Amino acid sequence: MKYLDEFRDGRLAQGLAARIQREIEPDRRYALMEFCGGHTHAICRHGIEDLLPAEVRLIHGPGCPVCVLPSGRLQAAIDLVERERVILCSYGDLLRVPGAQGDTLLKAKARGADVRMVYSVSDALEIARAHPDRPVVFFAIGFETTTPPTAVVLRQARREKLGNFSVYCNHVLTPPALRALLATDLPPPFQAAATRGTGLVDGFIGPAHVSTIIGTRAYEFVATEYRRPLVIAGFEPLDVLQSILMLVRQINAGEARVENEYTRAVGPEGNRKAQQWMDEVFEVHPSFEWRGLGELPNSALAIRPAFADWDAERRFAVPTIKASDHKACACGEVLRGIKRPEECKVFASACTPDHPLGSCMVSAEGACAAHYHYGRFRQAVTA
Amino acid sequence: MSPRRETYARKLDLTRGCVEIGHGGGGRTMAQLIEELFLAAFDNDWLRAQDDCARLTVPTGRLVMATDSHVVSPLFFPGGDIGCLSVHGTLNDVAMAGARPLYLAAGFILEEGFPLADLQRIVTSMARAAQAAEVPIVTGDTKVVERGKGDGVFITTTGVGVIPAGVDISANRAQPGDAVLLSGSLGEHGMAVLAQRENLSFDTSIESDTAALHGLVAAMVAAVPDIHCLRDPTRGGLSSALNEIARQSAVGMRLREAAIPVKEPVRALCEFLGLDPLYVANEGKLLAICPVEVAETLLAAMRAHPLGREAALIGEVVADPHGFVEMETVFGGHRLVDWLSGEQLPRIC
Ligand code: SF4
Repeated sequence: MKYLDEFRDGRLAQGLAARIQREIEPDRRYALMEFCGGHTHAICRHGIEDLLPAEVRLIHGPGCPVCVLPSGRLQAAIDLVERERVILCSYGDLLRVPGAQGDTLLKAKARGADVRMVYSVSDALEIARAHPDRPVVFFAIGFETTTPPTAVVLRQARREKLGNFSVYCNHVLTPPALRALLATDLPPPFQAAATRGTGLVDGFIGPAHVSTIIGTRAYEFVATEYRRPLVIAGFEPLDVLQSILMLVRQINAGEARVENEYTRAVGPEGNRKAQQWMDEVFEVHPSFEWRGLGELPNSALAIRPAFADWDAERRFAVPTIKASDHKACACGEVLRGIKRPEECKVFASACTPDHPLGSCMVSAEGACAAHYHYGRFRQAVTA
Repeated sequence: MSPRRETYARKLDLTRGCVEIGHGGGGRTMAQLIEELFLAAFDNDWLRAQDDCARLTVPTGRLVMATDSHVVSPLFFPGGDIGCLSVHGTLNDVAMAGARPLYLAAGFILEEGFPLADLQRIVTSMARAAQAAEVPIVTGDTKVVERGKGDGVFITTTGVGVIPAGVDISANRAQPGDAVLLSGSLGEHGMAVLAQRENLSFDTSIESDTAALHGLVAAMVAAVPDIHCLRDPTRGGLSSALNEIARQSAVGMRLREAAIPVKEPVRALCEFLGLDPLYVANEGKLLAICPVEVAETLLAAMRAHPLGREAALIGEVVADPHGFVEMETVFGGHRLVDWLSGEQLPRIC
């Protein structure tokens, strides 16, 4: 555990920042998107933007599982727990995410629904074992990092013939979201701003934990098809700074490669065992709605027919609900990196972590929550 | 004179026995529980009188009273248990007014079926903590709830104390320019409990810091009577304590992350779970705010006491209409140290 200190060394950080400063070419643009909410959180929590020259602009990406869950899927969960009287096991953050008309699981719980906060899918399995007479549903969300544990638990439930347990699957995939970001046409203000580079983003800080599962190779298309550099980075502040330096160097050299800063945890192939489990239990969903990004083809996982008995959507015939977000909410633009949180009209006024209007204000990995918690004093200065 | 002692047919089975509904019913079963368990542990003249109240002699001066209810899961954790915690928690609340605690009262809500052996462990631990603090538990109450309607044991303690003359400590007295001092490293209680609760396959050496702080406070007040604010950063951690003071005093704060002590195992476990040590509960630490001219004197007094050996000057109070608590990170960047919203949760990404 000693290693943490090495990644927290202030002097090393300032050295890296100085190097970034030296290598910046003044007439270039370095718009870098950190895909993961984990990075967004680290950047805000450690004040990393204060160390960067003005030419380097960090854009927050959509890699926050709670943020990208569309309100319709959330509303379906609220309906499920109230209609079928199931025990719904959920991560705490999801309890506060607004569904349709601002309803939340927390409000449903107050109305009498049996919603339980868990820390992991295995806690949900425990609850199912303890209540054999009640249907227990786990509200599964997350990118590739949280998917293998769900797969393991589903296999376990089948082995135990645990008839009262099922999973409401909302697992999504990172590469299709990256592709969607790269493929979208830019809104006019950014086309004008994009004088030198093309597109909104000049390079990506790639996921840390997700990459331990899927490996570096999964991102090759970013470099080969879209000509953007991507550097996979750990969540420690020095990892982030180092990856920014690597991106600056690639951009200066006109290169577009996938590089790996997080070699202590990530290899080219990822975790084969975890991939096998995922493949055994899940199949790729032909299309899935993301908050902010809309319907994306092949971007989520569904439970395979072999595990149909443990698929909550099949068991309880969960309907597809189209719910619209609050009309003032700019979560879509924030998730695509088009707006910064402060540019949303309701940021820190009508929308706060205690009364979130949008999903990005809920999870610690959401860009709005990160700006609210760690960066609010900046607006106060400029205002 | 003590009342006549009842003789009971059988002694309380403190090895295999359990709490029964009758233990809260007011009859002989309850009297036996009180005598053989609570009285045996807390023994003093007030309790021996077996009245429904305690008659106390109090010195002149300003009286302080504080009450705190304790619900902790698990009941036993590395470094302590709900018993000593319930004593320390209330003593500390009294001490944060700069007061010397004099007496404690304790109320128990027991769940039917709770093992008497565990109850005895808890009560013994309370007695030991009260003895070490030299503050007697002078009155108490016990109720029993049906199985499933409680979580083993809930303990509410109330404490009274007196404030020495010339001391005026309150969360609304922080002034721009004041120094912010912290008595030691952060996050040990919260992470010890969490590591135990979540059954983390983590081999941690983290122990709760639960401790009674009135001795440390007495030494501090003796060295610097003009301490402006004291606060023990319990639930919500350092950030909540500082934000409360900032709001009550209508000021802001500027902290230096590098100066805030956090032990390596706590930092590592927090990192692993995606938690921030600034928000994690402490049960044996305090924050002090004082005029900058006496900060060094106060720091020296803190460091001279066993519970303040790692005391540090972590920041200053500033004028700020927004009441922001800001921090310079170890990297030289800046961030807000905001109120906790909701509960701090392990990350899922
Ligand atoms: S401030 Fe609230 S409503 Fe606006 S984008 Fe952020 S989360 Fe959505």
